[in-house]
Amino acid sequence: MIALLRRDLKLAIRAGGGFGLGLAFFLILVVLVPFGVGPESGILSRIAPGILWVGALLSCLLSLDRIFQLDYEDGTLDLLATAPLPLEAAATLKALSHWLTTGLPLTIAAPFLGVLLSMPSEATLWLVASLAIGTPALSMLGTFGAALTVGLKRGGLLVSLLVLPLYMPTLIFGAEAVSRGAQGLPATTALLFLAAITAGCAALLPFASAAALRMNLR
Amino acid sequence: MKFGVENLACRRGEVTVLIGVTFDVAAGEALILRGPNGSGKTTLLRCLAGLTPPVAGRLLFSTEDVAYAAHADGLKAQLSVAENLQFWADIFGTHDIAPAVEAFELGGLLTRRAQDLSAGQKRRLSLSRLMLTGRAIWALDEPTVSLDAENVARFAAAITAHLAAGGSAILATHIDLGLPSARTLDISPFRAILQDAPSDDPFLDETFS
Amino acid sequence: MSIWEYANPTRFMQTSGKLLPAVSVLSFVCLVVGLIWGFFFTPDDYRQGSTVKIIYLHVPSALMAINGWLMMLVTSLIWLVRRHHVSALAAKAAAPVGLTMTIIALVTGAIWGQPMWGTYWAWDPRLTSFLILFLFYLGYMALWAAIENPDTAADLTAVLCLVGSVFALLSRYAVNFWNQGLHQGASLSLDKEENVADVFFFPLLVAIAGFVLLFLALVLLRTRTEIRIRRAGALIARERLS
Repeated sequence: MIALLRRDLKLAIRAGGGFGLGLAFFLILVVLVPFGVGPESGILSRIAPGILWVGALLSCLLSLDRIFQLDYEDGTLDLLATAPLPLEAAATLKALSHWLTTGLPLTIAAPFLGVLLSMPSEATLWLVASLAIGTPALSMLGTFGAALTVGLKRGGLLVSLLVLPLYMPTLIFGAEAVSRGAQGLPATTALLFLAAITAGCAALLPFASAAALRMNLR
Repeated sequence: MKFGVENLACRRGEVTVLIGVTFDVAAGEALILRGPNGSGKTTLLRCLAGLTPPVAGRLLFSTEDVAYAAHADGLKAQLSVAENLQFWADIFGTHDIAPAVEAFELGGLLTRRAQDLSAGQKRRLSLSRLMLTGRAIWALDEPTVSLDAENVARFAAAITAHLAAGGSAILATHIDLGLPSARTLDISPFRAILQDAPSDDPFLDETFS
Repeated sequence: MSIWEYANPTRFMQTSGKLLPAVSVLSFVCLVVGLIWGFFFTPDDYRQGSTVKIIYLHVPSALMAINGWLMMLVTSLIWLVRRHHVSALAAKAAAPVGLTMTIIALVTGAIWGQPMWGTYWAWDPRLTSFLILFLFYLGYMALWAAIENPDTAADLTAVLCLVGSVFALLSRYAVNFWNQGLHQGASLSLDKEENVADVFFFPLLVAIAGFVLLFLALVLLRTRTEIRIRRAGALIARERLS
């Protein structure tokens, strides 16, 4: 099992674009926002939680079509499907490696980008916590979307259309936790909801992803 | 290991391609599939590997015992030969890549990245993976494509050794590998379109109005 | 005789062919009666004036937007469990109808909202959840359109529908949470059901019946078309092979 994770991480580092791309996109997105809404720190600090969460969400989308597509094209997925490793486990590991290469770097980078948006410092802890708890759900939902579209030649855009509505609850609770934190209110409830979504995703989605993969390989 | 199928029907996409396929392969024996392009050799092999469930009939073995090698090499260009092999050895739980390296003489290539290999070398690497699966039934789809004569012989030797150890194999191939105990099966008679079997497609119902 | 016999395409075509004209006529009658009764023969609301009469389009379409998705969920499940082609095609046929109902609900809501709240759009939980439902319909239809093999498309869209239902429901309640958090004390609510008086209620009931029958007629019609498309495809495939 570890072999698949190790291989995916190795590929992400060597093929380029794995770690770097999503993070760079996140940075650019956050930098662009002040140009759009103006440099007033009052406005920026108020919208910072939302911008950071939406940015993280969009950065997660970027690399989704790579999760299964390359393995599908070169025949690895067929071989994985015949291997003793159940596809459910393969899907979970794929989601985990996606999170390690996008969600985790985003979580670490987010507080620094929060400074650019003059986010109140009380919110930093909540931001990191909410991203750390919420982004795994984004990766798992993304893996599900990628599994649905793996047989398609140009699935990239479609994945976004399928996955973004599924991201809605995660976004709501994640951004809510941060903006409550920024106002000095307790945000534990939102975080608990976020954790519940992530836990639910971890329980449900590997099966849905594996079912979709089998349907596509058939 | 002996295996076989009984009255098997398999489909590619939504079209039933083969009907009534029946054969038995004894331990130590190889079955060579023959048939024109598009006759369903790949479809049959994918069905045996458990990738597509059969439409009808029975598989008289567990797909857990099948090692499948497809047209595609399934190699990762950015990984070295050793890393590619080690990955599959770990996935199949055998962990030791030495037998595969030895049988296909990959020793000199181990640190080379898969993207720097020639087509024939990639094929060799891809076939050597079979030795890592530890599975008894090899289902091979056009295994000798882009192999030169020397490597075809090497591959034939690997299969012969596998058969001698009590394994069995089913191959779709056009060239003669000179295997000691090989039978040939022409799958043309099983093609669904050549039979007058009533279609199971509910949309082809004759009474449809 | 079991209900599943109707899942055979031939059987379904026969039965639906007989049902369709009756359902269409009945839906037309209900709609005409319900809407005319509602528009012309009910008094104006003392608070909302004549604007309240859009309720006869708004409430039934909103109802069918949700029921359309529910129907897709049920038919998708039937396809996954029993693999009846008609069921999968009915789900496919229902999606554009449900989407249209969602759009009607959103648009009539906006038109109603302008005189009542002074704005076409507010991020009220109910409005927002319909917008989300709209996005789910779009994604579902896009997936159907993208996959060539119809059986694979049926499989994958069914899985999407199951997962989507869970998340649509989740969004529905998440939105409540989010809205209370941002707009403290916003009292925009569409929940007029309690104070709908009998004079409004009975024509509304007829209009709802009309929309249900309209939905049924459209889905039957579209399912028949989908079945014919599949049959044409199967005939062409057979032709090409022989």
